[in-house]
Amino acid sequence: MSISALIVLIYVLVLASYLGFELISKVPPTLHTPLMSGSNAISGITIVGALMACNEMGYTTLSKWLGMFALVLATINVVGGYAVTDRMLKMFKKK
Amino acid sequence: MNTGIQLAYLVASVLFIIGIKYLGKTKDARKGNFISAVGMLIAIVATLLTLDVLTFIEIGVCVLIGSVIGLYYASKVPMTKIPEMVALFNGFGGLASFAVALSDYYLKSETNLASLDAVNLTSILLSLLIGGVTFTGSMVAYLKLDGKVSGQPITFKGQHALNLFLLIAFVAASVLVFLDPTQVTFIVILIVISLLLGVLTVIPIGGADMPVVISLLNSYSGMAACATGFILNNNVLIVAGSLVGASGIILTQIMCKAMNRSLVNVLLGGFGQTVATGGADGPAVVVKEIGVEETAMLFDSASSVIVVPGYGMAVAQAQHVIRELMEQCEKRNINFRFAIHPVAGRMPGHMNVLLAEANISYDKLIEMDDINEDFANTDLVFIVGANDVVNPAARTNPDSPIFGMPILNADKARTVIVSKRSMGKGYAGVENELFGYPNCLMLFGDAKQTITKVVSEMKDMA
Repeated sequence: MSISALIVLIYVLVLASYLGFELISKVPPTLHTPLMSGSNAISGITIVGALMACNEMGYTTLSKWLGMFALVLATINVVGGYAVTDRMLKMFKKK
Repeated sequence: MNTGIQLAYLVASVLFIIGIKYLGKTKDARKGNFISAVGMLIAIVATLLTLDVLTFIEIGVCVLIGSVIGLYYASKVPMTKIPEMVALFNGFGGLASFAVALSDYYLKSETNLASLDAVNLTSILLSLLIGGVTFTGSMVAYLKLDGKVSGQPITFKGQHALNLFLLIAFVAASVLVFLDPTQVTFIVILIVISLLLGVLTVIPIGGADMPVVISLLNSYSGMAACATGFILNNNVLIVAGSLVGASGIILTQIMCKAMNRSLVNVLLGGFGQTVATGGADGPAVVVKEIGVEETAMLFDSASSVIVVPGYGMAVAQAQHVIRELMEQCEKRNINFRFAIHPVAGRMPGHMNVLLAEANISYDKLIEMDDINEDFANTDLVFIVGANDVVNPAARTNPDSPIFGMPILNADKARTVIVSKRSMGKGYAGVENELFGYPNCLMLFGDAKQTITKVVSEMKDMA
């Protein structure tokens, strides 16, 4: 990877982290549990990497099997995370 | 890579950000979660477009298996077990990043050694380290929360020295991998070290410190995704990963502040072990008991009530019967509210979810700083399964291990009733001097059973 490409990635990292700090520090404690399970689902974005790792023909290589393993785990993380967060948030009502 | 796909990743990143913004408002939170899920879907579809169509069969099978497991678990898990579920899913996320990093390493070491440059190798090693620690650390946290292993801190002599040694060994083995990236032996050593570190760093941390640990592991799983983004030169992974990383760190800070402890102090662990003897020196606290009928009468005659819930309420599954108690009180026009301490429960915001599940309106749940002034003007405080968060020793006794921790000023109320199974101590192993106060009455027994009786007494009175 070229240095300029790396610098761009670091820019993204720093700015997104700053934005994350700004956004999350405003979340009220009432919502901390759904925030955590919702952000947990977002961390399943690694599913994108898992999909790419599956992009190889045949089942002979270890990298393909690892990709498929990662894909199952990341899908559990993404689907389960969003589903349980939705289930929780449905219950938050004001009467 | 195709411009359209890059733009789709950009849209996904923006949707994650908007989603998290909405997640911060109770009214819009559900919408926020949905927006973030749409972002995820866009990222997945965009990625699929770059792939070979012939791989779609196995991809479909893997996604199907994962979705079924995820949906099944998400729909079945009881709200008391949410911390366990978050820990488990965190671990899966960490392990997925770990496996992607390893897969990328194998692919490049076999087909395109030249692409394993310094940046790439560093990212792979970081992803293995953070992903591995997240995985085994989360599994240990899960086992502790679920009671499959003891929630007590597990410490041994030379623990910190061993951790330090492993970290140095990791750096040393990394250097060797840099010198010769084809040396699989060193990669295996690195894997073993990272998995071991996850276990060793979580076992010394006690059950009640779990809110901090879960928040921190949540942050790690984001960082692992971030490192994977550096491996794959992919911005959406970095944006999503750093949002989660930041979120976890902020929650960690909030939890530490609420316990008046530094993160280092929590992570070094063993809290509550050495202090147990200190607490036992004082004179035994003499308590006054109260029965079910008198409790019902006190509720009946009060005009304001504050309930302080703690982890014990979740264990006893008493949240639904507390709603019935609330209904009885509201029939009598009693001002009925809940005071929520930031570290009540086993993860941040745990009590709020449990009470929401019991159909209690969220505007009845008041944060510590907003309600602490009101205790002095309150007739009756009802403490259910909370202990250290109402111990006045945190204000008055400089020798107490919890001294300085912000607490709910429950003791200032006219009358305090404590629902408790027995005279056990809090996790800090400290005697709660509140129980001996003249205005404090103990309602012994299982919270769910005793409160059910109180509610039926109140129904009879009406």
